Amino acid sequence: MPEERKTDSVGLVSSKCIHFDEALNLRSGKTLSGFDLMIETYGKLNQDRTNAILICHALSGDHHAAGFHSESDTKPGWWDHCIGPGKAIDTNLFFVVALNNLGGCAGSSGPTSLNPETGKIYGPDFPVVTVRDWVKSQVMLSDHLGIEQWAAVVGGSLGGMQVLRWAISFPERLRHAVCIAAAPKLSAQNIAFNEVARHSIINDPNFCNGHYLEANTYPKLGLMLARMVGHITYLSDSAMREKFGRADTNLESSTSNFGRDMRSGKLSFGFNVDFQVESYLHYQGERFSENFDANTYLLMTKALDYFDPSVDFDGNFSAALKQANCKFLVISFSTDWRFPPERSREIVTDLLKAGKEVSYLEVEADQGHDAFLLPIPRYVNALKAYLKRAHTEIVEHAT
Amino acid sequence: MRPDLEIIQRWIEPGSRVLDLGCGDGSLLTYLNAAKKVSSIGLEIDADNIEQCIAGGVNVIEQNMDEGLSNFQSNSFDTVLLTQTLQALSKPHDLLDEMLRVGQYGIVTFPNFGNWKSRLDLALKGRMPVSKFIPHQWYETPNIHFCTVKDFDALCHESQIKILTRTVVDSRHQGSWAMKAWPNFLGEIAIYHITRK
Repeated sequence: MPEERKTDSVGLVSSKCIHFDEALNLRSGKTLSGFDLMIETYGKLNQDRTNAILICHALSGDHHAAGFHSESDTKPGWWDHCIGPGKAIDTNLFFVVALNNLGGCAGSSGPTSLNPETGKIYGPDFPVVTVRDWVKSQVMLSDHLGIEQWAAVVGGSLGGMQVLRWAISFPERLRHAVCIAAAPKLSAQNIAFNEVARHSIINDPNFCNGHYLEANTYPKLGLMLARMVGHITYLSDSAMREKFGRADTNLESSTSNFGRDMRSGKLSFGFNVDFQVESYLHYQGERFSENFDANTYLLMTKALDYFDPSVDFDGNFSAALKQANCKFLVISFSTDWRFPPERSREIVTDLLKAGKEVSYLEVEADQGHDAFLLPIPRYVNALKAYLKRAHTEIVEHAT
Repeated sequence: MRPDLEIIQRWIEPGSRVLDLGCGDGSLLTYLNAAKKVSSIGLEIDADNIEQCIAGGVNVIEQNMDEGLSNFQSNSFDTVLLTQTLQALSKPHDLLDEMLRVGQYGIVTFPNFGNWKSRLDLALKGRMPVSKFIPHQWYETPNIHFCTVKDFDALCHESQIKILTRTVVDSRHQGSWAMKAWPNFLGEIAIYHITRK
């Protein structure tokens, strides 16, 4: 843990594995007879148990949202700039709970865990889980923690979809829903990108029909390609220009290269890596493939594809939202083309139609979909202001 | 409270649904939420104002009114407010129509360009008026559609809009008998309570 981080961070944290004996009936019709959830918590639960915030993670996130795991740990949790003392999700005010969702690969029951019925690794036999299933398991977690009602449920991207599901299916169990860079359901284009990712994993010769761990291997190339495609959709054109300098290219003044977006000084005139963006994607893909389970990636993308709360209401998303009882904060980012502002505006319009209380922010940001994970001042300040107000309500409510 | 707001809050029924177009830092809605227990939403485009609304617990939606109110259902509000913003809209007449589609009543306030001081600026100095309520120079003003009390009366007449009440006030926000007699000459701020004919 870097020295300078000791004051503004939640500091050293440890994860906890919680086992549930109760069966969980899944949307697919299958049942998990029991399951584990890995969680981390930050801050202190108040006496009335009213100051809890649940963090729902996105596609590749997990329960390690803030702080450091050891003194020598240099990389904090994935949302560390937002969660901590005095930060937007202020651990001086709130008790923050983050978990790894079912089907994940960071310790919660998923394809890499042992199937209690066979004693073998689940692999591809872990049932397909949906956002609805995740939220059901999160409700069981709330009961376990003795949290009757969350002060807020917060999430971005796929996490924002869990937030919407919470509001619709368990209206009495949250006061505020914070839905960031999400959508009411996926577009055909979104699903198409997910299918490219799945296709590349499934057709990797090392995928072994999903039983790669038993064969002591993993579909590295497939997972790499999946992540590379995914990564492109998380960034915006301008973010890539900024990162890789293509915009600064000055053919006139450069002698032998295309500017600082080149990896080395020369073109290879072959099919090697010539440009920075190529080596960046290779690096990201490679690193990801070493740390993430391919079956989990398949499951997570399916959960995204299947998300559509309107199906229970004849395709009427507004009717679904009418069930909700909480207040909403919806946030989108101008250059996000994975879940662009129009998708968040759809959510807002249907919330208005349903007569719900909602605030909406459209943040000017160059970073594309990735923006929801980055410390963009306007976004973070508004989130902080919203949650601070939510905390004031809790205090007023108690007295 | 801004004195024109003091006047218009009297027209808001307790417990009613209020939409404030260009709600600023949310101070009027904060007042109405507390004093009249209204259920309210504001529209705003300024980032600082939006953050202040959020901090104060006012529901606020980042939305440019010039793009219309198509995301709002017809008759979904009792009153739609448009205070000191009419003159900055690209199509004020279209928004008035939209206001009275979305809400049963509209409340509109604007700086009256027919006021004697404005007339004097133009007539004697030959310059575009600059005052407390119209503080910008002509080249940098966000106010692109100035009108007078008489102009607005005419627009309401043409657009089948019924004027329930018309009040004008001066810079001290007081309405005298003289102002009632010569509103377009003496009034600095015009305040209208309107509905569909």
